[in-house]
Order: sequence, then structure tokens, then C-alpha cells
Amino acid sequence: MAIISIRDLIVEYDGRRVLDRLNLDIEPGETMVLLGGSGSGKSTLLRQILGLERANSGGVFVKGIDITRCSQAELRLVRRSIGVAFQSGALFNSLSVKDNVALALREHTALASSVIDLMVWMNLAAVGLAEFGHLHPQELSGGMKKRAAVARAIALDPEILVFDEPSAGLDPIVAAELDELILLLKRAFQMTVIVVTHELSSAFRIADRIAMLYNGTFLATGTKDEIRNSQHPRIRQFLDRVPDKMGEPSEVAASFGKYLRGEEAGL
Amino acid sequence: MPVLTESVGRKTLTYLDYVGGLSTQLWAALRAMGTSLPIVGNRYRWKASVDQMLQIGVSALPMVGLMAMCSGFILAMQGASELRRFGAMHYVIDLVAVGFTREMGPLLTAIAVSGRSGSAFAAEIGTMSVTEEIDALRVMAFEPVEFVLAPKYLAALIMVPCLTVASNVCGILAGGIFMFFSTHLSLGLYLHYVLSSIQLRDVISGLIKSLAFATIIVHVGCLEGFRVRGGPDAVGRSTTTAVVKSTFLVIVADVIFTAIFYFTGKH
Repeated sequence: MAIISIRDLIVEYDGRRVLDRLNLDIEPGETMVLLGGSGSGKSTLLRQILGLERANSGGVFVKGIDITRCSQAELRLVRRSIGVAFQSGALFNSLSVKDNVALALREHTALASSVIDLMVWMNLAAVGLAEFGHLHPQELSGGMKKRAAVARAIALDPEILVFDEPSAGLDPIVAAELDELILLLKRAFQMTVIVVTHELSSAFRIADRIAMLYNGTFLATGTKDEIRNSQHPRIRQFLDRVPDKMGEPSEVAASFGKYLRGEEAGL
Repeated sequence: MPVLTESVGRKTLTYLDYVGGLSTQLWAALRAMGTSLPIVGNRYRWKASVDQMLQIGVSALPMVGLMAMCSGFILAMQGASELRRFGAMHYVIDLVAVGFTREMGPLLTAIAVSGRSGSAFAAEIGTMSVTEEIDALRVMAFEPVEFVLAPKYLAALIMVPCLTVASNVCGILAGGIFMFFSTHLSLGLYLHYVLSSIQLRDVISGLIKSLAFATIIVHVGCLEGFRVRGGPDAVGRSTTTAVVKSTFLVIVADVIFTAIFYFTGKH
């Protein structure tokens, strides 16, 4: 049985359809990469999976509970089994790195503080930040912030680990280190991992399966090889990094002339 | 005409949405307040409440005291300039004592707290919204109202009445200093007259107002913060809006409370 099932999911903002009747099953223990360009609906889909927004119709079932319809208490229960590493890290700036990681343990468990300290150290060590626990988030580099966010996300030993654009804004070496960390965590903790990204190298490195989003719909869902060998024109364009056709300079000039004469509503 | 109707309708819906948001937030905060209490609540929330008390109350004391002293002098001098003509200088004591206890103390304190803390709440929560920290709280199964707002609300409910009392004392003392220099009335005798002119009802009505003002300042500031969407410019706008709206609502609430106390006091 799928750990996450998305059924006929429709999301609209001000009448504009952002996600259009999506269906997807994510199996326990697999790494699913949601791949797509800017504005394809990846982040919106992620917010639906995390229950941060309500869908217009359809459902998102996490461990069998429809989080688009469930009560707040049920949603909180579901969320305890999900760890999220946000794109910006979203660490609490008023707390040290150690306290960021300890927060969920202190609030959601009855563990002794000595045990919590030990668990925090282990989580920080797992992401290579054992010596930096005393620092505040603003004192960390971009890559360290993301690793600290991972340490916080795995604090409660979640069944599902979600990464939002893990390699965005990082240099290739740090991005590769983060990919390795994701693979390591998956091997070590047998978690279901969901990664939202537009980085092709990262996606093909870490994915078991890839769902390719375009304009709010899935163009294809399959293994790395199935996606890599797809002949769908949009997927080929994305994988081969082909830009959309832009107007010839003469066409742009003609269009601009029309705009100035008021013959077109806008550029 | 249809455009006008549409515009009026849309604005009405916006205001209703805002009032609804404030009411929902107030209800959620009241339900979550227990967690911020000492002994029976969560010790981390109580610690946050104490931090907020220092921010809202102790740090604001010099400013509130100075504002109250200046206003006390102004009120006494303005009153004396008219009352002297009728040989009724002793009424300056009643004017300052009753005016400050019922009206000036709570209002001046609310305006100072709105400018200092209301804007700080909006900026803090707005920044947390922009940097995904509020989303991070939600996905970590925390309720942002309980985590962020409730300690602030508890702190304001304790500290704003305390600041109001301090403001009353400073304002009345300023009146005493003025009376000493203008009529050579001793401070002891001045305080004797003050105590005989103030009734318990005046003090209680001022403190009730201060509780209402604290509620308005915290909830408007926090709601503006929670509603921030976009980037740093939106945080700046929310800060300004929080101060403007909370000051306006404080004055409106003051009119309502004064009217209630006026008409109920007649009997």
C-alpha cells in the first residue's frame, strides 16, 4: 500500500488552475523526485503533501489519512511522521542549531534532557555538524544551514523525509555532498524520501522514481531510465536544456512597434 | 454603478475577512494561553512569556514614564492656565489625577506599546512567514498561535496594565511637581488630594481599558505578521499597517469603553 497517494488533486489560485487532476502513488521506502521547471507546480504540490494548503478538490492520503479533509488533531499526528528540510532551511534564528534540532524532541517527547542532548549530538554528527551546534543559523553557510535543517527534520525519526530544492543556491561540490547525505539517510533509516527539485544531476543521482511536472500536470512518472529515455517533447526539451523558442529580433521589433501604436494590449 | 457596488462589496468582504481573522485568532490564543502559564503550562512557553514581558514591559518603562511625565506637565499647565482665571487651581489636581487614571494613562501606554511592540510583533512574525519558519512550525506539528502568539499575549495582558499603573503614577507625579512650583503645594498634601479625588472605579476602568488595548495591539500586530506574503517589502508594509490599525482600533475601543463607563456611571 502506498504511503502517500494523491488522487485527482486540483488546486486553483484566483480561478487559475495550478495543479490539474494529479494522481500519484509513493511507495514506502522509495525516493520519489518531483522534477519540473519554474512555475510547474512543484512547490504547490509539496505544500499539499505537507497539508499547508487546502485543495479545491481531490485528496492527498498520507498513511491512509486524507490530509485535505482531516481534523487539525489528525493532521498534527500525520505531521509527526514527516520531516521536512525547507529550501531556505527555515531554521529558527532565535535558537542555536542545537536547540533547533532539540525543539521537536523537547516538545513532542518525554525524554530526559540528557537523552535529548545525546540524540541531538547524533543527528548533528550524522549531517557533519557535531562541532557547530552552539552556533546560531545566521552564523552558518548556505550548505551548513541545509544540513542543519536535515538534522532537525530527522530528529523525530520520521517515516517520510521531504526535501524542497535541496541543492538550490549551492555550489556543485556542496550540492553533491547533500545528495550523498540524502542517499546515506535513506540507507540508514529506510525512510520514504520525497525531493522537489529542478536540478537534473541531483534528480538522477538520488531518485528511485521521477514524476515530471509541467503546467500543473504530470507529463510522466517512472524510473530514472524511463524518464531519461522518454520521447515526450517537453521532457526532452527539459532534459536536453533547450530554451523555448524566442522571437527573432525583427519580429520583436515589429511587435514593439505595434505596441507603441496601441495595436496590441501589451508586449 | 455596478462598479461602485462591486467595489463596496469587495471592501466589505475584506473588512469582514479581517474581523473574522482577528476573532478566530483571539479564540485560538485564548485556548492556547494555558500552555504559556507557569507550573501548569509548558516551561518553554512560560520562559518565552517572561522574555516577552521584559521586551513589552521592562524595556518600555523609561519611555512610557517619560511620555506620561511630559503629558502630566502639559495637562496640568493647560488646566491651570484656564482654571487660574476662576481661582480654581485646586481642580488641576482632580483634572490630572482623574484624567490620567481613567484616560491618559491607559491611552498613552497603549500608543507607546503599539509603536514599540505591535510593530515588533508584525516584523518578527512577518519575517518568520517569509523565511518559511511559520510553515516549519506547522510541519513540525506545532500550532504557531500557541508557539508564537500565546506567550506574547500573556505577557501583554500582564505588562500593559502594569505599565498603565506606572504611567498613571508618573503623570500624577508630574502634576504634583507643577503644583509645587506654581502654588507651593507640598507633595504630601498633593498626594492626599489625589487619593481623595480618585475612586476605585476610576482605577478599575483604566485597567479594563488597558487589558482591551493589550488584546488589540497583540492580535493586530500578530495577524499582520501571519498575513505577510512575498518578500522583505511586505514585512515593512505589515509593520506600518500594524501600528496604524492598532492605534486606530485602540482609540475606537477607548471611545466605546468611555461611553460605556460614562453611561453606566450615571446610575
